[in-house]
Amino acid sequence: MEIFLQQLINGVTLGSIYGLIAIGYTMVFGIIGMVNFAHGDVFMLSAFIALLLLLLLTQMLGLAAAPAFVVALVAAMALTALWNFAIERVAYRRLRGSFRLAPLISAIGMSTFLANFVTVTQGPNNKSIPPMWDEVIKITSGGAYDVTLSYKQILIVVVTGALLAAFWFVVQKTSLGRAQRACEQDAKMAALLGVDVNRTVALTFVIGAALAAVAGSLYLLQYGVVKSSDGFVPGVKAFTAAVLGGIGSLPGAVLGGLLIGLIETLWGQYFSSDYKDVAAFSVLAITLIFMPSGLMGRPDVEKV
Amino acid sequence: MPAEKMLRALREAGWATLVVAGLSFPIIAYRAEPDFNNLLALQPRWPLFLQFCAAAFLLRFFLSLWSGGEAKVKPARVWPKLPWLGPLLLAGLTVYPLAVVALLGPQAALKWIDTYGVQILIYVLLGWGLNITVGLAGLLDLGYAAFYAVGAYAYALLAPLTGLGFWALLPVCGLLAAFWGFCIGFPILRLRGDYLAIVTLAFAEIVRIVLINWDVVTHGEAGLFGFPGLNFFGLPFIPGPRGFAAHFGLPFQGVQKQIFLYYLVLVLALLANLVSLRLRRLPLGRAWEALREDEIACRALGLDTRNIKLTAFALGAFFAGIAGCLFALRQGFVSPSAFTFSESALILAIVVLGGGGSQLGVAVAAVFLVGASELLRELTFLKSVFGPDFDPAQYRMLLVGLAMVAMMNFRPRGLVSTRAPTVRLSNPSSGPSDHLLPQGEKGVAS
Amino acid sequence: MTRWLQDPILRVDHLTMRFGGLLAVNNVSFAAGRGDITALIGPNGAGKTTLFNCLTGFYKPTSGRIAFSAGRLDDAKIGTLTRSARKHDGETFLLERMADHEIVRKARLARTFQNIRLFQGMSALENLMIAQNEALSRAAGFSFIGLLGLPSWRRAEQAAVERAVGWLDRIGLRKRADDPAGSLPYGDQRRLEIARAMCTNPALLCLDEPAAGLNAAESHGLAELLRGIRDEGETSILLIEHDMSVVMRISDHVVVLDYGQKIADGSPAEVREDPAVIAAYLGVEEHDEPAVEAALQGQALGSGA
Repeated sequence: MEIFLQQLINGVTLGSIYGLIAIGYTMVFGIIGMVNFAHGDVFMLSAFIALLLLLLLTQMLGLAAAPAFVVALVAAMALTALWNFAIERVAYRRLRGSFRLAPLISAIGMSTFLANFVTVTQGPNNKSIPPMWDEVIKITSGGAYDVTLSYKQILIVVVTGALLAAFWFVVQKTSLGRAQRACEQDAKMAALLGVDVNRTVALTFVIGAALAAVAGSLYLLQYGVVKSSDGFVPGVKAFTAAVLGGIGSLPGAVLGGLLIGLIETLWGQYFSSDYKDVAAFSVLAITLIFMPSGLMGRPDVEKV
Repeated sequence: MPAEKMLRALREAGWATLVVAGLSFPIIAYRAEPDFNNLLALQPRWPLFLQFCAAAFLLRFFLSLWSGGEAKVKPARVWPKLPWLGPLLLAGLTVYPLAVVALLGPQAALKWIDTYGVQILIYVLLGWGLNITVGLAGLLDLGYAAFYAVGAYAYALLAPLTGLGFWALLPVCGLLAAFWGFCIGFPILRLRGDYLAIVTLAFAEIVRIVLINWDVVTHGEAGLFGFPGLNFFGLPFIPGPRGFAAHFGLPFQGVQKQIFLYYLVLVLALLANLVSLRLRRLPLGRAWEALREDEIACRALGLDTRNIKLTAFALGAFFAGIAGCLFALRQGFVSPSAFTFSESALILAIVVLGGGGSQLGVAVAAVFLVGASELLRELTFLKSVFGPDFDPAQYRMLLVGLAMVAMMNFRPRGLVSTRAPTVRLSNPSSGPSDHLLPQGEKGVAS
Repeated sequence: MTRWLQDPILRVDHLTMRFGGLLAVNNVSFAAGRGDITALIGPNGAGKTTLFNCLTGFYKPTSGRIAFSAGRLDDAKIGTLTRSARKHDGETFLLERMADHEIVRKARLARTFQNIRLFQGMSALENLMIAQNEALSRAAGFSFIGLLGLPSWRRAEQAAVERAVGWLDRIGLRKRADDPAGSLPYGDQRRLEIARAMCTNPALLCLDEPAAGLNAAESHGLAELLRGIRDEGETSILLIEHDMSVVMRISDHVVVLDYGQKIADGSPAEVREDPAVIAAYLGVEEHDEPAVEAALQGQALGSGA
């Protein structure tokens, strides 16, 4: 029972991070109908940027860990947003009218580039930082196993919740959100009505990257280690989360993230930790085959 | 006017420099490496950072200066028909190993035949196989390495188990991979193109994780080795009286096995090419291309899209299975690390850069992508320039990624993009398909 | 009793298609006569294309029956088939139970699309060859005989090319046989799509707005082509059309839909005079409303049987 509770907590933490990445997938898919395959690598890149900034601030400027982390997080959001802005401009913008698989192939190329770019510039090995902010709250004690909840985990869940709420507000209430929904329905018509489609799409990429950077920084904080090949598997899992929640739906992305996080940790605990990735990949295949519109998405009617 | 242009170029170059500076700020300016206490420490690399910024400035500046402001529409380039090219290439490929042995001697030739000959030809075979699925039928398969793995493991497991030689096992490997292609293809037939791609990726990753963890059968990460290797119609390539060399009265040389493997792979690749070219002009191949163009129209014409997709998947996988068997024979061991997603991405890049549907383009792309990075490895002076841990393989995938992006942006239909119709009415000047039409047809020309 | 009820090739009974809350086709029944050109008309959004998609298997209708026979459509046979779980008995087909490619191949129903769906990158000739793919594929021994290049396969391919060339001649596109279909002018693409559908050897040809975007001369040519196909007697035609000059000139029978319901059914002359049709197309003046209502009710009673 204690172990189950502990894994539940761990699963929700991991799931929050997947959910933050998944929002980036779901927004881009919603607005230009493209599977942004490179998004996982943008997440990995953001974790590297946060790592370097954190080291820079603590070692060279002598800041304490907590303020350094906050500054690194905000700066990583800005720099990752710039990266994704450049990526959209270079790799995807031209392809909106091209044949239907072109953006996906371009995104695979971009993903390959990013992973190897980080390998070349930072080396292929694990980069680990000393654990920071490790205080925990004991939820149960005296049993065979103490169930703990760390402040980091609370922070991760709270940040995810707050960002989702802020984000929901943006999409529902602001003119950017309205422009996004208009492009989602019909980009050509939106352009005719004076919506700057290029700007709206670029902003979508920028926001997606900023959220991925939050996920990347929190991932670094929680697990303390990152390497250049870490974009692929978390990326696929976050995409699974987006699909499971219903691609195009924001709450769906977070719900899907939590589910994937829980499935992964519980599967790892009770079945086989060697095969825990198989669980996520199977969920992906099964969802796409049997319910491609996910839990909260709209069904896709085939136009003839 | 020139001053105005110059100013504009300067402004644009300034912006580009700012963006590049932002992109490369921490990731290029610093490198995090563990120090003696195993704690990460930053190594500044500001000169490199400045080089990047300067390069961005100059590149953007001259591009704006020369671009003239507005894009010019270039006429599509028509590639000249070179009827002598095929036979010439074939002749070159046939004499290649013998020429290398004659030039360099049997010891030095080994590497040239193995790395540049056999390895590249295996990738050409893989490229041609994936070209059926992706280039002709338009089904994006991101899990091609899984079928390659099925072929390789099938040989490595079955050869010691059944005692059969590779002549018997070669088709078995292909058929097993095709069966897997069929099984993976079946549930995903109704999916839209990009979802289908993602599901193939998921299946391939599952296959790889099983290969890593199913220790009893696959020996995990360590992989399988020690299985029977190549033999020449029953004659093993070993020194001594029962070997190939002794039987033909030749002195034993290690390179003999490599030369035989080279010709084996060459013949199989050419066979695959012939089958692809012929299929393209048969109803099945035409249906693949029609499926790529418009699936709904196919259904309205009574084509059974399910069978068309399954055959494309299965035949592509069949070629991968054959290639996997040859890979096992070449390496002498198989392990899961050879069948990762980046392997699938590399083969996909070969097809994409080769230009969907073009056989020669795929072969050229394979030679370029695989051969170039191997050549870079040879150039030892690069190590003195870039430092001792310079590994061209890393730069290869970096460039492959960039090339895929560039290809999609500038030439989405491929390098060799002119598509020859599979059946013609008029008498073509030198179309590749005319010899397959019955003679009477040419008389119908208007 | 009118001709299309005596010898129908297609009979649609109480067909309904619902998308979520939207009733796109609502309890529509009609028959198309053998050897006729039947026109399906109605304002935009009347459910014509949805009905077409139900006929050709692209949509599964929510309820209703679609009976079809290239031979003779017999009420008793339809009844037996409906009670059984089968799709067809080899002559009579229940289309709502069949998959799209089976409908083309077994029942011999072919269609074109409102927005032309040619294989743009493939040549005009190849487009017509793909329409004959099933027969060719059998002749090629599912590729095995074809790979060996045996004479039987060569003969079959030559026959298919000749058939395709015949159609290219008929639509005046022989000179452009080897050009990509996407490079042809719009009107030629429309005709090529019809020729491609005809190459599947259909008993009923379903055309979705074949005259859309054509100029007067092209429309005239199209009308001649369709009349020619009908007069050969092998193929009946069902078409959706907005161009009333084409409809009135060539059709033998007109069915009018509005808001998913059938509001009129008869010869072109009858339909032209029908107040419900005039109301649907031109809108209704306040003082005309009672008359139109009465007419609509009369229609509903008349067609309900």
